Amino acid sequence: MRREVPIIICFLAGFFFISDYFIPQEDWTEVAHRVNQWAIIVIAFAYVLGVANIVRVNSQVIRRKGDDWKYKIVLLCGLVLMLTLGIGLGIERGTAFNWVFMNAIYPLQATMFSLLAFFIASAAFRAFRIRTWTAALLGITAVLVMIGRVPVGEIIWPDFPDFIEWIMNVPQLAAKRAIMIGAALGAISTGLKVLIGLERTYMGGE
Amino acid sequence: MKDKIVRILEYLDKLDRRIIFIFIAAAVALPLLFPLDIDFSVTPPVRGFYDTIQSVPEGSKILLSCDYDPGSLPELWPMHVSAVRQLCQKNIKIVCTQLWPAGSPLAEAAFEEVALGEFNKEYGVDFVNLGFKEGREVVMVSMGTSIPKTFPTDYHGNRVEDLPIMEGMENYEDLDLIVNISGGLPGTKEWILQVVSRFHIPLVSGCTAVVAPEFYPYLQSGQLQGLLGGMKGAAEYEKLVGITGLGRRGMDSQSVSHIIVFLFILIGNIAYFTTRKGKKK
Repeated sequence: MRREVPIIICFLAGFFFISDYFIPQEDWTEVAHRVNQWAIIVIAFAYVLGVANIVRVNSQVIRRKGDDWKYKIVLLCGLVLMLTLGIGLGIERGTAFNWVFMNAIYPLQATMFSLLAFFIASAAFRAFRIRTWTAALLGITAVLVMIGRVPVGEIIWPDFPDFIEWIMNVPQLAAKRAIMIGAALGAISTGLKVLIGLERTYMGGE
Repeated sequence: MKDKIVRILEYLDKLDRRIIFIFIAAAVALPLLFPLDIDFSVTPPVRGFYDTIQSVPEGSKILLSCDYDPGSLPELWPMHVSAVRQLCQKNIKIVCTQLWPAGSPLAEAAFEEVALGEFNKEYGVDFVNLGFKEGREVVMVSMGTSIPKTFPTDYHGNRVEDLPIMEGMENYEDLDLIVNISGGLPGTKEWILQVVSRFHIPLVSGCTAVVAPEFYPYLQSGQLQGLLGGMKGAAEYEKLVGITGLGRRGMDSQSVSHIIVFLFILIGNIAYFTTRKGKKK
């Protein structure tokens, strides 16, 4: 029963949501909406579990002074600070929570993302070595798209943007669509295997 | 002389990445300080984004979903602000949601800068921020049945049923368009799969340059009406809206930095082939 009951629940839930997609009847949709609301509530509880897990894992590292334990203290202090400010004083414009978000999280995250420009440049310098003809194809296309995608490309050749749109709309799109169709067929097959109980790894231990 | 050239090429082949970083920093910073003002044309996906919003009748209601966080802000903020500006110019009423928790303060900031600051629009009448709701695709589908039940209160804690803009609004049938600013997952792809194909509502998207190629199949199939890809997309869109914002100002930096990356790739390959030839001999 430990195996059969979860499979039956999974089958019924999966079948219900598939049928909801294809049966646009008002009563059916209303039931589906109610179940969706339950799902939203359950997902919201995952945040509570997530916070509890962060506190547990990081407290353990701090207690035994493991790797980077000082950073874990900063992380937990940040967590407590934002929770206190958000729940205690609100999250709207002009609140302390919003001030910390706009003046700390905002620039920190933007900085992290902007560092990508440096790493991509360094990676491109080392990775785009034309060792084989396929690497040549990749390298040349990448350089063309890179130059054609910025205004300076238009100075070099006025029709550069049209040529890049052609690359995006024909060869790129054909490859992308093939990958998407393949992935979708794989997802359908895996989904069906989960629904009928052939794929049980989600239950763990198998 | 030949030995000297070989030594230089060997040095270039194993170039310290910190030197590359210095060049990139200069390529990004200098054009911001000394703009080149290079002109550019507007590509069809960006034109589609602009025209789709232009085709929405004045006074209509649209959904603006700001699904990103400050991590992708340099690329997405310029298009977000421009989209709000175009919607306000056309007197289109904006219902805003976020599926990313850090998106809410950004949506608020955009409204404060444009809707309140430039157009004196009224909150709850001309626009509303329904805030963040966890649940990803479940939230999207749930809004297809009832938006007020999915978002009973707005970002500021007001009951949405009491807001004039939400009067008579039940689900996607009462909206004319979805404008999605997407930083990843959940984002444009999920809106297409869960909402466009099911509830048959038009969608336009602004996304980071790195994911833009993924949406071209949807653009060609007509499931996506327009696409702004990265800062270049934002710059083209700013040109159509008629402003010079962060997107257009960033184009010079992007042009110069792309040229620098191209030169490094070229130098790297010349050094690689020359030194490899030498080693073979």
